[in-house]
Amino acid sequence: MSDKKFSELSRRGFIKVGTGAMAAASMPMFFVKNAWAKNFRNDPKDANSVKFGFNVPQTGAYADEGADELRAYKLAVKHINGEGDGGMLNTMKPLTLKGTGVLGKKVEYVTGDTQTKSDAARASAKRMIEKDGVLMVTGGSSSGVAIAVQGLCQEMGIIFMAGLTHSNDTTGKDKRRYGFRHFFNAYMSGRALGPVLKKEYGTDRKAYHLTADYTWGWTQEESIKQTTEELGWKTVATVRTPVGAGDFSQYITPVLNSGADVLILNHYGKDMINSLTQAIQFGLKDKMVDGKQFEIVVPLFSRLMAQGAGDAIKGILGTTNWNWQLQDEGSKAFVKSFGQEYGFPPSMAAQTCYVQALLYADAVERAGTFYPPQVIKALEDFNFDGMGNGPTYYRGADHQCFKDVLVVRGNQNPTSQFDLLQVEQIVPRDQVEYDPKIFGGELGPYEV
Amino acid sequence: MSKRSLLKNDWVVMALFTVAVLSMPIWLAPIGAAYPDLLQKFAIFGIFAIGYNILFGLTGYLSFGHAVFLGVGSYTAVWSFKLLTMNVLPAVLFAMVVGGLFAVVIGYLSLRRSGIYFSILTLAFAQMSYNMAYSVLTPITNGETGLQLTKTDPRMIDAMFVAPGEGLPSTNLFGMSMSGYSGFYFCAVLLIIGFFISLRIFRSPFGLKLLAIKSNQNRMLYTGFNTKPYLLTAFVISGVYAGLAGALMAVTDPLAGAERMQWTASGEVVLMTILGGVGTLIGPLLGVGIIKYFENIFSALNTNTLHQTFSFLPDWLEDIVVAISSHFVGDGWHLTLGVLFMVIVIFLPGGVMEGFQRIAALARRLSRPQQEKAIQTSEQE
Repeated sequence: MSDKKFSELSRRGFIKVGTGAMAAASMPMFFVKNAWAKNFRNDPKDANSVKFGFNVPQTGAYADEGADELRAYKLAVKHINGEGDGGMLNTMKPLTLKGTGVLGKKVEYVTGDTQTKSDAARASAKRMIEKDGVLMVTGGSSSGVAIAVQGLCQEMGIIFMAGLTHSNDTTGKDKRRYGFRHFFNAYMSGRALGPVLKKEYGTDRKAYHLTADYTWGWTQEESIKQTTEELGWKTVATVRTPVGAGDFSQYITPVLNSGADVLILNHYGKDMINSLTQAIQFGLKDKMVDGKQFEIVVPLFSRLMAQGAGDAIKGILGTTNWNWQLQDEGSKAFVKSFGQEYGFPPSMAAQTCYVQALLYADAVERAGTFYPPQVIKALEDFNFDGMGNGPTYYRGADHQCFKDVLVVRGNQNPTSQFDLLQVEQIVPRDQVEYDPKIFGGELGPYEV
Repeated sequence: MSKRSLLKNDWVVMALFTVAVLSMPIWLAPIGAAYPDLLQKFAIFGIFAIGYNILFGLTGYLSFGHAVFLGVGSYTAVWSFKLLTMNVLPAVLFAMVVGGLFAVVIGYLSLRRSGIYFSILTLAFAQMSYNMAYSVLTPITNGETGLQLTKTDPRMIDAMFVAPGEGLPSTNLFGMSMSGYSGFYFCAVLLIIGFFISLRIFRSPFGLKLLAIKSNQNRMLYTGFNTKPYLLTAFVISGVYAGLAGALMAVTDPLAGAERMQWTASGEVVLMTILGGVGTLIGPLLGVGIIKYFENIFSALNTNTLHQTFSFLPDWLEDIVVAISSHFVGDGWHLTLGVLFMVIVIFLPGGVMEGFQRIAALARRLSRPQQEKAIQTSEQE
C-alpha cells in the first residue's frame, strides 16, 4: 500500500517537481551569473604588473579638477612602485604597502576621458575593464558620473574608488558594494557649515538657492536647506540650473528682487566660477536687504575654483575636504612630493584621488589577494590615520569615509596665488556623522 | 562569372557582409578594437547610420536631429526594463514603435520644408527634446543623472516568474546575458537584418522614387507624384532604425542619459555618414568604424603609451615625436578627427567609399594589360 502510494507519487511528483525544479533552476541563471569561486575578472595570475584605470574628466566643466586628479594618480603610482620620495607612504598608519608595487607586482595605469557625461564615462570604464584588463577603476569629478560608473563596476565585479563626488546618493541611495568614497558629502557640508553660518549671519535670514541640476546639486540643496531651516532661516526659492550653462545672468536677476538676503550657490567647477563672478558683477555682495548685508555662500569649495573666480571669492564661506596648508605630517608629505613633481600645491581633488589609490593598494596588500570580495572586506570598517584628514574611518555599512570637515573662507589678503582659502574651523568628525539608514539604498552582493 | 558581376549579386553581398560582421572580434583584434564594448558600439551606431543613410543618402534631406530618436529609444527601453521585464525583446520592440511615433510627428512637421529649413527644423526639435529631457521631464528621464535601474523597480512580468535575486538584475534574451560578446552578437544579428532591409530598400522602386526626389523633386511633382508620403515614410523608417539603435544602447548598458539627444550626437551621425560616403550601402558603416575607433582608442592614448610606441627611436627624437603627437591623442582626439574629416571632405567628397573606388579603378587600369596578357597565354596553351 505504502509502496504503491510512493510509486504513484513519484511518477507524478517526478514530472511536477522535475519541471518546477528545471524552471526554477534555469530562471535565475541570469540573476546569479557567477559560479566560479575565486575565478574573478581580470585576475592578474602570474603577470609581473597590474593595471589601474584612471577615469577622469579631461574635457568639459570639470576638466581642471580632472587634470589635477590625473597628476595625483600618477604620483600615487610612483609612490606605490617605490619611486620618488614616498609621499604619504611615510605617514600612513597602519601601512602594509612595502613600496614594491602591490603584492610584488608593479603598478601600471591607463587613462580615459569621462567628458563629465555618464555615457562617455561608462564607455571609457568598459574599455579599461574589457580591453586593458584593469583591476580597479578610480576617478570622476561629478556625482552623476561616479554613480553611473559605480553601477557599472558593480555589474562587472571591478572595484571603483570614487574620486571627487559630493552627492549624498553616491554612498546613500545609490551605494554599491564595489564602490568606495573617501570624499565627504553634502550632508556633512551642511552639518559643518550650520554652526558657522549661525555665528556669522544669525538666525533670521532668507536664502535663495541656485542649484546644479543633477544628483549632487539636488542632495546638496536638500542638505543645506535642512541645516539652514533648522537654524530658523527661510528658503525663498530653489532654482535649478543646467550644468555647463556658462551664462547665469538670467538666474541671478530674479535674486535681486526676491527679498532674499543670502544666495547659496550649489554649483561646482567652472559653473561655480561663472555664477559667483556674475553674482558679484550684479552687485549682490554690496546689496543691503532690510538692513542686512547680502551674503553669498558656496557650500562646496575648492582651491582650483577659488583660483578661477579670482577676487570674487574673497570673504565667501564654504566647506572643503582638504587644504594644502594643513600642517599635519600626511598633508605636508603629500604637498612636498606633489610640489616637487609639478611645481605647485595639490587641490583637494588631487588629495582624495591620491589617498583612494593608496588605500586600494594597501587593502590589496592587507588582503593578500586581488580577489575583490576580500579586498572589499579589507577596506570595510578600516581605520587609518596620517593621510591629511586626521583619524579616518571607512564605514562598512555604506562605504563612506568619516573624517574632520574644514570650513573655509576666501582669503581677503592672499600672500600667493595659491593662498586663497583660509581655514575658518576644523569641524570634528563626530559632529558630521550620521546613521547610514537615513539615505536608504543597498550595497548589494560581494560576489557578482 | 567575373568578380565584378558576382559583387552585383545581392545575396553574395549579404553573405560577405554577414561573415565580415560576425568575424569582427577576430579581424579587429590586431588594431586593439576587439573588445565587447567597442564592438557593440560599432554594431549599434552601424544600425543608426544605416537608418540615417536611408533618409539622407536617398532623399538628400539632411536631418540634424536624429539623436532624438536614439534618446527616445533608450528611454523607452530602460522603462521597459524597469516596468515590465529584463528580457530585451519587448524593450527593442517598444523602442522601435516609440521611435517611429516620434518620427511621424517630427517628420510630418519638419517635412513641410526642404533644404536648410528642414535641417533647422529638425535641429530645433532635437534641441527642444533634449532640453525637455533635461528639465521639465526629469520625473521620466531623471535629468542629468540619467535613467537607471534600481532594485525597487516593479518589473511586473519578471516578478510573476522569479523572485528577485540579490543585486541588480541584468538584461537578457531568455536567460542569455546581454553584456559582453553575447550582447555584441545580438546587436550584430540586428545590424545584419537592418542592412538587408536597407539593401532591399535601395534596390526597390520605393528607393528609386526617393532617389528621384533627391535628384529633382520638382520634376517628380510635375509628373504627378505626391512626394510627401514617400519622404515621410523614409523619415519614419530611419527614425525606427534610430529607435532600435537607442534600445540596443540600453540593452548592452541599461542606462539612458539626455546627452544622447544633444545636437552633438545628431551631428555625429551626419559626420559618420559623410565620412564613410553618403548614399552608399557600406559607407556609413565605415564612418562609424572610424569615428568610434578614434573616440575610444585615440582618446585613451597618453604620453606613456606614446613613449612605448616610439621607444625604437633615439631618445631625443622620441621626445620630439611624443611632444608633437601627444597633442593629437588623449583629449586631443577631436583634433585628429577634425583633420581627417577635412582631408576627406576636401580630397574625397564621396567619403572613404570614393577612395576605395578610386583605388579599385587604379588597380583595374594597372592590371588590365597583364590580364590581357594572361588571357593570351592561356589561349595559347
